[in-house]
Amino acid sequence: MIDFVSPTLEYALLAPMLIVLAGALIGVLIEAFAPRSARASSQLFITLATLAISLASLIRVRNSASTTAAMESVTFDGAGMLLQASILVISIIAVLLLADQENFTALASTLPGSDEERTSLQKDLRVTEIYPLTLFAVAGMLLFPLATDLITLFVALEMLSLPLYLLAGLSRRRRLMSQEAALKYFLLGAFSSAFFLMGVAYLYGYSASTTFAGIHAAVIGSTGNDIYLLLGIAFLSIGLLFKVGAVPFHAWSPDVYQGAPTAVTAFMAAATKVAAFGAMLRIFYVSFAEAYWQWRPALIAIALITMVFGSLVAIAQRDVKRMLAYSSIAHAGFLLSGVIALNKTGLDASIFYLFAYGVATVGAFGVVTLVRDSAGEVTDLNRWSGLGKRSPWVATAFAGFLLAFAGIPLTSGFIGKFSIFSAAYESGSTAILITGVLSSAIAAFFYIRVIVLMFFKDPVEDGTSVVIPSIYTQITIVVSAVVTFALGIYPTPLIDFIQSTASFLR
Amino acid sequence: MVTNSGLVYLIALPLFGALSLLLLGRRADKWGHLLATALSAGSFAVGLFQLSEMLGRATESRPVTQKLFTWISVGSFNVDASLLLDQLSICFVLLITGVGTLIHIYSISYMSDDPDRRRFFAFLNLFIAAMLLLVLGDSYLNLYVGWEGVGLASYLLIGFWNQKAAYATASKKAFIMNRIGDMGLSFAIMIAFASLGTVSFSGVKENAHSASEATMTAIGIMLLVAAVGKSAQFPLQAWLGDAMAGPTPVSALIHAATMVTAGVYLIVRSNFVFDAAPTAQLLVAIIGAITLMFGALVGTAKDDIKKALAASTMSQIGYMILGAGLGPAGYAFAIMHLLTHGFFKAGMFLGAGSVMHGMNDEVNMRKYGALRKFMPITFITFGLGYLAIIGVPPFAGFYSKDMLIETALNAGGVKGILLGGTALLGAGITAFYMTRVMILTFTSPKRWDDNQHPHESPILMWAPMAILAIGSVSSGFLLSRGDALKHWLEPLFEEHGEHTELLPPIVVSGLALTMVAIGVALAVVKYQLSEVEAVAPENVTEFTQIARRDLLQDEINEALFMRPGQVLTSVLVKFDESVIDGAVRGIGQIAMGSGSSLRRTQTGFVRSYAMLILIGAAALIAAIWVVTL
Repeated sequence: MIDFVSPTLEYALLAPMLIVLAGALIGVLIEAFAPRSARASSQLFITLATLAISLASLIRVRNSASTTAAMESVTFDGAGMLLQASILVISIIAVLLLADQENFTALASTLPGSDEERTSLQKDLRVTEIYPLTLFAVAGMLLFPLATDLITLFVALEMLSLPLYLLAGLSRRRRLMSQEAALKYFLLGAFSSAFFLMGVAYLYGYSASTTFAGIHAAVIGSTGNDIYLLLGIAFLSIGLLFKVGAVPFHAWSPDVYQGAPTAVTAFMAAATKVAAFGAMLRIFYVSFAEAYWQWRPALIAIALITMVFGSLVAIAQRDVKRMLAYSSIAHAGFLLSGVIALNKTGLDASIFYLFAYGVATVGAFGVVTLVRDSAGEVTDLNRWSGLGKRSPWVATAFAGFLLAFAGIPLTSGFIGKFSIFSAAYESGSTAILITGVLSSAIAAFFYIRVIVLMFFKDPVEDGTSVVIPSIYTQITIVVSAVVTFALGIYPTPLIDFIQSTASFLR
Repeated sequence: MVTNSGLVYLIALPLFGALSLLLLGRRADKWGHLLATALSAGSFAVGLFQLSEMLGRATESRPVTQKLFTWISVGSFNVDASLLLDQLSICFVLLITGVGTLIHIYSISYMSDDPDRRRFFAFLNLFIAAMLLLVLGDSYLNLYVGWEGVGLASYLLIGFWNQKAAYATASKKAFIMNRIGDMGLSFAIMIAFASLGTVSFSGVKENAHSASEATMTAIGIMLLVAAVGKSAQFPLQAWLGDAMAGPTPVSALIHAATMVTAGVYLIVRSNFVFDAAPTAQLLVAIIGAITLMFGALVGTAKDDIKKALAASTMSQIGYMILGAGLGPAGYAFAIMHLLTHGFFKAGMFLGAGSVMHGMNDEVNMRKYGALRKFMPITFITFGLGYLAIIGVPPFAGFYSKDMLIETALNAGGVKGILLGGTALLGAGITAFYMTRVMILTFTSPKRWDDNQHPHESPILMWAPMAILAIGSVSSGFLLSRGDALKHWLEPLFEEHGEHTELLPPIVVSGLALTMVAIGVALAVVKYQLSEVEAVAPENVTEFTQIARRDLLQDEINEALFMRPGQVLTSVLVKFDESVIDGAVRGIGQIAMGSGSSLRRTQTGFVRSYAMLILIGAAALIAAIWVVTL
């Protein structure tokens, strides 16, 4: 019998995550005890305060030396700090979108089309559970890129996924579609989690360890059976590639992006991507780096297919949310080149790209929430034509985000793409560079087509209009736009900061 | 070098004015012109302060700099956004802000009925800021920013009344012809960077002697191209006449006193380049001589008062360029003529504006006459400018032009005789066409109909004219007394050996005055003593016909450049439409087609998604396996 060792916990370092969890628990208590009328505003306040305090506590420990904590299950290092900060910043601006009740169903438990649903709508009820759920997801996301133990990694994965499955089903309009999306997301997520666990098992079989360091040691020492390593990497990758939406594990994302309430989509698309790529970068850079000859060709193939597929299929989309979903698939491909690069430039570029892309994504979906008719959001692209003439500011902001996605200079997207492709080129993946640039060109086609549609076509008279954004949505869109352009015009401070900070503790 | 943190205010004040008037829009309509004028005057005050500071310092420590920020830092190539105020740039600063402020004041009244007066003043302030940046930049790259800025302001102001299609076209013409010059400047910068590794004035100066003469000649010729475009010199002179489409204060400020003289500034500032490249320097002098004659000849046939003045501007800048092409001996006189010209030509343009103001915007001098009685102040101020430009002592133009003619004659050999002779002849023609303008406008019998009610302009308009007239009278004497300007600028230029004197100065002055007298006499006989027709006569000599059409400049440009250019463009458009667009559309269609077919994989069924994941997993494992084997 092994003696039970009581774990040592470094509370200062764990504080950012613990604070978010505490905030989530307070949210649960509010749900249970606070009167219904007080919930929405107090929840929003608690959530924002939690995220802000968490960010502050993260900033407070920013200069502590790289170290492992909580019995080596998490690691604090520069890269992890940057990823956590990105997640928190993106979450803060995404949470502001949640405040608009038009996004969410009044009472999640009612059957779509039932009398109860109608009553709940009339009573002006609101699902305020979304706030604690979001905080739980954020806590998982914060843990995900820091985990250096496969078990912790898995726990974090589930922690961030489960609330998202729920949140995806809470749309106010087209509820059946939303619930279908949530179910699909859940089923496929469970499926991919199984792969992930399989991978964990194989890697344990290979290295007799579940820590990244242990696996790394085994890879260097070549002590284990290579077949296990191979299967372990493959299965683990599938779980991660599913989360980032890489082809062929992407199929859930268009349906979920479209079905989920747009505010949730914004949060999910931006923050999940940072967390998942953060974890992916860590495990590939720390544990599998020396075995690169095994996995790199396969990952390159996936990256290439993902870029091309995402860009091509996006062209054929008629729905703005689906278009953004495919664009996010293409971006997953671009981001994979940062993982493949396997060098410091690749790491820096990936972190910059994740932050820039995340912010622009939140902003873009924020705009999507504003374009509505009497039946809710209008996501049919044809009905967006002439938007620039009726709502020049909103259309201009959206055009800015699209230009950032397309990687046009003077936006953050250009700097991100430029640095990530140069990193890939530096590491010798010319194929990635060429395909990346070509698919960016294809992608630019459909981004710019939307801009043309908004500014150079006549408006359609079918009741589509841009609602006057609430102050929260305004903040989100303005902040995202400012960051997107600021990082495009003067990225040097952030790039320098990332360069001097980002590193993985092995 | 001494640093001075005050230089930035010179530019910041008018720039602030331009931005605030443009951004505030209609809200600033009521007081925008006052703010702009005050800021321009403020900039002038800063300039005066800087001058007094500079006068208080020893000669060698007079230049001051101010680094604003690091602009470009790539490897070993560093460019700071820095300002340099030395003996040369202070002359320009005072000219730009001083004359600029007077013209601001004049415009308050001149533009008072225009609904877009605020926008006009915003552009004027923008121009002042850009022009100051041009003369204060301490490197060719900083100068380039100002250079483009004044080009933009000029374009905006020529086309200020762009509701008239012809005016909009004129602004485009000016812009496009200026682009050719701008290309020259950018090439010069690129050559300097590529071969000398620096683009700052001091850096190029240091390297001027160690670099090969070929390099310096190339830089020099490209700088000359730039100067030719901006200063409307032959062969890029055609835009200046059309630029008169802009409001008259603009013609006075931009197209007479300041912007068009930027070319002279560029060449004088680059004296170290041209001193190291004799071929380029000779070319400068030749271009100047050709243009001074070209402009003078065109001036003799123009009936539009502003176009006659524009031709004269071209010709006078020709004198300056000629002076700048004479090397160290001529630089100071080129600048002196530039300054005196700034006074008298701006004054005359404002006078022309005043005449137009009183004559319902009529510009045809054949419809004028006898305005002396109706506009006495305008007559006197214009007349003083006239005496200055034709070079009657002791008015300003006499000193500066006489020096230029003398220096040209003394340039030595055949070159000296040809250049000096041209300058002398030009002086005579100048006297002829300027006397013609005076007579047609003020002293000949009246030819306007009774609908016209000529009247003197309000004080806000004539006061600036009067101040400029004082400058026209006195500036030449003041600047040349004891060679004041020459000694002031001397530290910037290289020493030059003594020249042999072809003719003693007194003889040169005598010759010049004789030419002037002949010119004046001819004009008096032709226009004062014989009757002038109110409609331009058709039965005139071949030469007059050609001169009326600006010596066929537009026809030549059209035949040589525009038509071949149009053919080239249409061929390229066809190529673009059929080949390039075809390829793009084809690729686009392929992409859309494949997108649509790939889209079918998205069935919406969760079972097929799971299947896809499974297949993907198998493929991934297989791929890794294959590599491992």
